[in-house]
Amino acid sequence: MGIIELNDVSLSFGEHHILQNLSIDFWEGHIHAVVGPNGAGKSTLAHTIMGLPEYRSHKGDILFEGKSIKNLSINERAKLGITLAWQEPARFHGISVENFIQRAGNRNGEGQSAREVLDLVGLDPDRYLVRDVDATLSGGERKRIELASIVAMKPKVVLMDEPDSGVDIDAINSIFEVLASLREQGTTVIMITHSGEVLKHADHAFLLCNGALVDKGSVEKLSSYFERRCVPCKHKNVPDKEVLV
Amino acid sequence: MSNKSALERLLSTINMHQHSFGPNVAHVEIHGNEVLNRTLVDGLKVESSETSSGVDVKIVVESGVVIENPVYFCFGMLENGLQHIKMDVHFKEGAKAHFISHCTFSAASEVEHLMDAVIHLDANAEYTYFERHIHSNEKGIKVVPKARVFLGDSSRFSTEFELIRGRVGLIDIDYEAECGDNSVLELLSRISGREDDLIKIREAGWLKGANSRGLLTSNIAVRNRARAEILNELTATAPGAKGHVDCNEIVQDQGQAKAIPIVDCRHPKAHITHEAAIGSVDSKQLQTLMSRGLDEEDAVEMIIQGLLRK
Repeated sequence: MGIIELNDVSLSFGEHHILQNLSIDFWEGHIHAVVGPNGAGKSTLAHTIMGLPEYRSHKGDILFEGKSIKNLSINERAKLGITLAWQEPARFHGISVENFIQRAGNRNGEGQSAREVLDLVGLDPDRYLVRDVDATLSGGERKRIELASIVAMKPKVVLMDEPDSGVDIDAINSIFEVLASLREQGTTVIMITHSGEVLKHADHAFLLCNGALVDKGSVEKLSSYFERRCVPCKHKNVPDKEVLV
Repeated sequence: MSNKSALERLLSTINMHQHSFGPNVAHVEIHGNEVLNRTLVDGLKVESSETSSGVDVKIVVESGVVIENPVYFCFGMLENGLQHIKMDVHFKEGAKAHFISHCTFSAASEVEHLMDAVIHLDANAEYTYFERHIHSNEKGIKVVPKARVFLGDSSRFSTEFELIRGRVGLIDIDYEAECGDNSVLELLSRISGREDDLIKIREAGWLKGANSRGLLTSNIAVRNRARAEILNELTATAPGAKGHVDCNEIVQDQGQAKAIPIVDCRHPKAHITHEAAIGSVDSKQLQTLMSRGLDEEDAVEMIIQGLLRK
């Protein structure tokens, strides 16, 4: 049994079928990658698990630790320990990095201090604690601050949408170190990516195409398939029927 | 009420006392139409005359004088009534000072506070002005500040207006500024309205000097049935003049907000931009905070307080 289980989850917006009959178990304490080309439904999957309002009308069920979370709001899911890091983190006028991280750390009263988690993500607390989480920070800095806020809340499940988006090579290495450290503490990480490089940092992978699960298994197996079949694919998000699992 | 007692009461409304000010700190306190205290420093002249409904104040910062500590003004009304302040401010060449004004009407329910200011900055002068309003929770406060500002060459005028404690009632701001060569104009307003408060702001900057700069920023929140009408206008008529109008308004409940940015560029080497974000709380900000476990109400409040924060 996974810590997060999707049971026959489908989501449509009008005529567009974004997720199609997805049944997936995300095992506890692993780093999972959900890989696929642009438009495959990967981010939608993350947003659906997090319970963003636009994605709540899905069919099927989502279980967390064996119980349905289908009717729970975002913050109710977050209080259970599920959280999401956006591909492009939000900017907050007038909210300091310290305040932003501290409020996240209040989830269960056991969060780490803002100073500690900034250190973990490779940002100097003396420089960053007093700054605002606004446009004066680069996208990469905000990405690391968002990750710091997630570490502070000691989550059980982290949904990371494109962890390498907008960050330099040093920052991405630091992000992967933090994700590995979260795994060591028992946190389940679900990375959304279309990058073969990011995929290599996972323990297990799922391949999506056109909202459907095409394959799942080891990183080696899916990495090879993804590079060979998906990257050069001319048929955007039309999975080969033969390989549907 | 004696002057001393009025002064103590006035300062207590802004959590300050006579001894809060150091020996080299200038401060002036005005209650209704009475100047309760005037403590000055070298290079700063403040002349005042009491009128039937307020005080006429003439402020001069002498040429080349740099006042190290902030200069504090406190305007207040402990009882209901009208307070009309006329200010004539002159920063002579190279003068620099930072003024902090507290306008406190927290103990009154029916107050009309009118401010008419004319501000002249000579060349290379720098005047930064922070005005904090502290109102009661009654609806009967009316604040009408008007200012005409003239910026000499290479001068700088930065002002910040804050009204986030107590009810706004009615506020009707009207600022106009003319900017000389290489001068800098910055006007920032942070106001929170609720119930049936009405916030009206008109700010106009005329970048008539070469390479002059202007930034007009309004950060407003309206809740319940409060309304905001913001008109920000920048006109550039000189080469190298640059300006930006930035209006952020968060609307909650049945609040209403209207922003009219006017950017008027009359020189091919001038450049003005504007940006406005008006409406409910940004959904991505809200969802981010909620995904960290904050309840929706707490997340909205955190975003609004951030917008209104200094």
